[in-house]
Amino acid sequence: MGYSLDFGWLRDAAGAIVHGAAMTLFLIACTTVLGILISILFAAARRSRYGVLRKAVAVYVEVIRNTPFLVQLFFIFFGLPSIGIRLDPIVAAILAMTLNMAAYTTEIVGAGLDAVPKGQGEAAFALGLRPRQVFVKIILPQALKVIFPALISQVIIMMLESAVVSQIAVRELAHEADLLQARTFRSFETYFVVTLIYLGLSMAIRRLFVAGGRRMLGAGVS
Amino acid sequence: MIEFTLWDILRNLVFATRWTLLLSIVAFAGGATVGLLILFARISKQKWLRRFGSGYIALFQGTPLLMQLFLMFFGLPMLGFRIEPWTAAALGLTFYASAYLAEIWRGGVEALPLGQWDAGASLGLHRLQELRLVILPQAFAITRPPAVGFLVQLIKSTALTSIIGFEELLRTANAINNATFEPFTVYGLVAVIFFVLCYPLTQYARMLERKMPAH
Repeated sequence: MGYSLDFGWLRDAAGAIVHGAAMTLFLIACTTVLGILISILFAAARRSRYGVLRKAVAVYVEVIRNTPFLVQLFFIFFGLPSIGIRLDPIVAAILAMTLNMAAYTTEIVGAGLDAVPKGQGEAAFALGLRPRQVFVKIILPQALKVIFPALISQVIIMMLESAVVSQIAVRELAHEADLLQARTFRSFETYFVVTLIYLGLSMAIRRLFVAGGRRMLGAGVS
Repeated sequence: MIEFTLWDILRNLVFATRWTLLLSIVAFAGGATVGLLILFARISKQKWLRRFGSGYIALFQGTPLLMQLFLMFFGLPMLGFRIEPWTAAALGLTFYASAYLAEIWRGGVEALPLGQWDAGASLGLHRLQELRLVILPQAFAITRPPAVGFLVQLIKSTALTSIIGFEELLRTANAINNATFEPFTVYGLVAVIFFVLCYPLTQYARMLERKMPAH
């Protein structure tokens, strides 16, 4: 018995696929903003005077980096309600993704901060800038420029990993694919199309970030 | 109704961990073998082979592993193979690992000075001998830290095979959770077991990196 590919279902499914892709982009957008903000805080905490703070961030980074994202997601979504923290699937997904990504980007941001020569901060102080201005206007932009490619890669990795939040019934791209293939019985074709859409999304995100990075951080961003 | 003690839960989880370990080992060995072929294509003298190699790597690094596993699981039966969750999981992770390992090793090969190739050629070695005797041993040596780092990523990735029905650690945990209704304990223990597997490797990779001569 031969099997012939059939993409006829695609016309009726376009709406669902677009909706799912939009949800995936929404999840990764929230995660990127929150994750990078948190990792700037954590990277600073890791370099603070307080030993407890430094230890706490180090433990957090190690725990997240050495356990699977799917287990973290299940722990947050299924485990936390038993100690009274009940989360909406979308909130749980964003929380899990943010905590996961921040563990990786904390290291990246930290490396970027260390790469900015000390003289830059000292020079800014000498010009009379306040400590916060020194950090936001002098140190951070230079650090971001160094780590930009690594950050883009991390955002894309997280976007691809976000496919597993379909397992807690968040209606993103992978979940729409699950629903579609259950309806059309065209499993292979459905996952094939959706896989290509993910590929397109990851290429588009890279382009977008590189273009945005050139705008904000100046030339030399790749 | 059967009562589960903490010890029962832990014992069952630890017992299921052997499948996680076995899958990791099979996928790493398979990935290394296929990855070597992809590496040869990626650094070939033929342009179309290089194109194929970089396309292969971009494809596997640019799509979710979960989708790759689904495509294996639903695609292979269409080609006439009878497929079980184990086969789909092992094959899926093998291809996934091959793309990452090939890319890691390519970095190693390209980091070597061109003089190494020239030296090999001047000794009268042909290309395969050059690769086998001169280039690859050095490339493998300098890329050991990222390769071990990838092994950690691969072990964590085996958790995804629970979704296509392979009975590894996480799927066993789901079943236990359905019987005990203690998700906090069960998933907490799963996280601990994964941590115990991965943390030593992470530390090992870090140690290797520190021992690397600085360039």
